[in-house]
Amino acid sequence: MTTASSNIRLELPYHLRTLARIDSEVQLEILGPVTQRAVLDALEARYPMLRGTIRDYDTQQRRAFLRFFACNQDLSNESPDALLPAAVASGAEPYLVIGALAGG
Amino acid sequence: MTAVRVLVGTRKGAFVLTSDGQRRQWKVSGPHFAGWEIYHVKGSPVDPNRLYASQSSGWFGQVIQRSNDGGETWEPVGNQFSYEGEVGTHLWYDGTPHPWEFKRVWHLEPSLADPDTVYAGVEDAAIFRSTDGGQTWKELNGLRHHSTGGYWQPGAGGMAVHTIILDPTNPQRIFIAISAAGAFRTDDGGATWKPINRGLKSEYVLPDPEASVGHCVHRIAQHPSRPNVLFMQKHWDVMRSDDAGDSWHDVGDGLPSDFGFPIEVHAHEPETIYVVPIKSDSEHYPPEGKLRVYRSRTGGKQWEALTTGLPQSDCYVNVLRDAMAVDRLDPCGIYFGTTGGQVYVSPDSGDHWEPIVRDLPPVVSVEVQTL
Repeated sequence: MTTASSNIRLELPYHLRTLARIDSEVQLEILGPVTQRAVLDALEARYPMLRGTIRDYDTQQRRAFLRFFACNQDLSNESPDALLPAAVASGAEPYLVIGALAGG
Repeated sequence: MTAVRVLVGTRKGAFVLTSDGQRRQWKVSGPHFAGWEIYHVKGSPVDPNRLYASQSSGWFGQVIQRSNDGGETWEPVGNQFSYEGEVGTHLWYDGTPHPWEFKRVWHLEPSLADPDTVYAGVEDAAIFRSTDGGQTWKELNGLRHHSTGGYWQPGAGGMAVHTIILDPTNPQRIFIAISAAGAFRTDDGGATWKPINRGLKSEYVLPDPEASVGHCVHRIAQHPSRPNVLFMQKHWDVMRSDDAGDSWHDVGDGLPSDFGFPIEVHAHEPETIYVVPIKSDSEHYPPEGKLRVYRSRTGGKQWEALTTGLPQSDCYVNVLRDAMAVDRLDPCGIYFGTTGGQVYVSPDSGDHWEPIVRDLPPVVSVEVQTL
């Protein structure tokens, strides 16, 4: 039995795009359930330099000054294993990693 | 061909300043890693084209960058700094136990023998070592697991290993300094450490002013020809040790203020040292608004103000602990960067100063390579 795959879109904040040398949004293939954990795992597998910059290495918790959005919803405090909205899984809407507007 | 390469870390990126041996005309490259805090950039003494940079931000955490071409291009390497063994607690500002949490790399110290080996001093205070060019990092947890570790407390800027000195004559000996735990030495390559704070006094800071740990050491410097002689700029007091840190004595008499952050030793004169006094622990700017570097040619106790070319009015910048360096040319060049974004050079051991650049972001660190 083949595992379903989804092609999702992800947008990163400027500094992470620069770090990973990405010019635009990222397109990722996700095998299986499309969850925040699966998306971020796939992102870091393709761009290893992003490890530790979105999620703490040891706890895998979202870094405090980042937020996750999709479909006009703040998903930052949702379970990392909860399914993302269908529109994200279908590629209709992007998954957004946003840096909090704080500091100088 | 002689040349110098100055590696500048700032709050908003890294800059590489290059010149020939005259040190008059400069090329400025940067900002590299624009928008990120660059706490430290340092080159390998074995391969001067191998550079390491600590790149961090409150949003995205820690990145380590490595260059193999003297800073023209960079690649991110390993950035996982995980404490080994029991994480445990240290004291927080309010005296309560607080778990150790990695925040950032303050200082990178490449090995004297191998370009792929580099030490990292981090906040919360710990020391890590990489032997694969920065791809992976392993904690030397003998430091953090010292019996006094649970009593270490942060200074105002955090609790960090900010100074690492590798003994050029003994690869097993390393000196480090922590704000605000004090100075420590290992004689077994980092497996075990001992506090080396006897003679330091911290009145109004510690319940026991002469405690074995808890002193806010700002910086330590050493001349490679005299590995047992150390100079220290402390939270108040300029100190000297002639026995590898086993004991210290005060050499700051004659300074307008013995509060400051950096301290450096002349490349060819082991008894010539430099400090940049600031007014007090509450007022981190030069006394009377005059930016003065002080030089002692006697290893302390007798000091002269170096002012030619430095602003002598309305100057309220600071020079942070890792923001002063010397080159190995003759005459020795002295460099420092300020929180106002200036980087100054003296090509004649401090007698005259000129700005290399004036308008960088606040400077956090300065290192110099003699090429």
